Amino acid sequence: MNINDYINSGVLELYVAGQLSEKESKEVYDLMLKHPEVLKEVLEIEAALVKLTASVAPKKDIDFNTIKGRLNTNSETKVISLNRPKTKWFNYTGWAAAVILAGGLIWTINQKSNLEDQIQIVNTEKDFLEIQMETSKTDLAETKNLLNIIRDKSIINIPLEGQAAAPGAYANVYWDKNDDTVYLDLQGLPEPPEGKVYQVWSLTLNPLTPTSLGTIDDFIQDDNKIFKLKNANQSQAFGITLEPAGGSKSPTLEQLYTLGALASI
Amino acid sequence: MQLELLVSKFKQKDEKAFEKLYNMYKDSMHGVIYNIVRDNDIAEEIMQDVFIKAWHKSDSYDATKGRFFTWLINIARNAAIDKTRSKAYKNASKNLNSDFFVDIIESQDNLDNSTDAIGIKKFVDKLAKKCIQVIELLYFKGFTQKEASEALDMPIGTIKTRNRNCIKELRESVL
Repeated sequence: MNINDYINSGVLELYVAGQLSEKESKEVYDLMLKHPEVLKEVLEIEAALVKLTASVAPKKDIDFNTIKGRLNTNSETKVISLNRPKTKWFNYTGWAAAVILAGGLIWTINQKSNLEDQIQIVNTEKDFLEIQMETSKTDLAETKNLLNIIRDKSIINIPLEGQAAAPGAYANVYWDKNDDTVYLDLQGLPEPPEGKVYQVWSLTLNPLTPTSLGTIDDFIQDDNKIFKLKNANQSQAFGITLEPAGGSKSPTLEQLYTLGALASI
Repeated sequence: MQLELLVSKFKQKDEKAFEKLYNMYKDSMHGVIYNIVRDNDIAEEIMQDVFIKAWHKSDSYDATKGRFFTWLINIARNAAIDKTRSKAYKNASKNLNSDFFVDIIESQDNLDNSTDAIGIKKFVDKLAKKCIQVIELLYFKGFTQKEASEALDMPIGTIKTRNRNCIKELRESVL
């Protein structure tokens, strides 16, 4: 092989450009070792290209020290390549942790709001139960009070029987003479039709004189149908009639529902 | 064979030897990278990365397969081209114009009046356009002979001889 022809062929320029096959490159390498002129040629081509490419670089001198710290000379390449996946792994776990944390936070906030709702519900229930308990207590007190009244020795019990207008009706009068009060148990009376009320009368028999004790205006609304009226008369009997709302001056006898006289008479 | 010695010491992870190689080739790599990315900060960053990469993969360099310079310039080109394909780089909408390296040389404020710079200016001024294109494609862009012949619409053999002549002229200007 003529070395000069070889040099002039342009193959060495392509060699520096990295354009040759592995086999061709090995050939150039061997020739460089054997022929100093080939080596010199390659070095000159390279030097010219280094200068040309360098002339394109921005005019800024970047010192070796800026990369020195990143070389990690004490560790082998393999150790470094192991470090890389590690940082990646750290990155991934970092992101994963962030996602889990965010998810956890949302879940916690959700739970908290659910619990707050439940507390609200429980509080409402508690208030409701307290009201019910209060009502029950009041009811119980009233009932006890009624029981005491009925059991009281000084109280006179007068049963009122159903009359022609309402044969199935009945009522009871508990008359406390000590404080001029009558308690009327009207559970046995039907609900008065609209626009009508029951009116309670105190009667003296000879001659028959009715005196109004008052009307029962809240019959329908009352739960236990026990009503309290004042009675300062020397009553010998009690009667209940159905009257137009507001009551009448004298009883409408056709609408006499119940009537009863004191036992002692 | 001082260069060959440096390279073999570099393969043995000799930091001093590597520092010398760095100083020999850093501007050259910087130029190749800058010519591709056309951004000062990005080029600087890639240049440094290229040397760090070279250091870590020094085992993979084989002198029988090619020149150290050739090996290094391949890493540099690939790193720069990778960068231009990255999303971040595209988002910054870099102007990847088709200007040749000579435009950079000609547009540089030449405060640097070294003989090299003057020689290269002379070379660039004198050189035929076809010469510039061949050097641009083969050395700056890493085109194969075949790709260059297609890009320039020139037979492969012509590329080879033209390249030889162009490099010869370059050597006369700068060496």
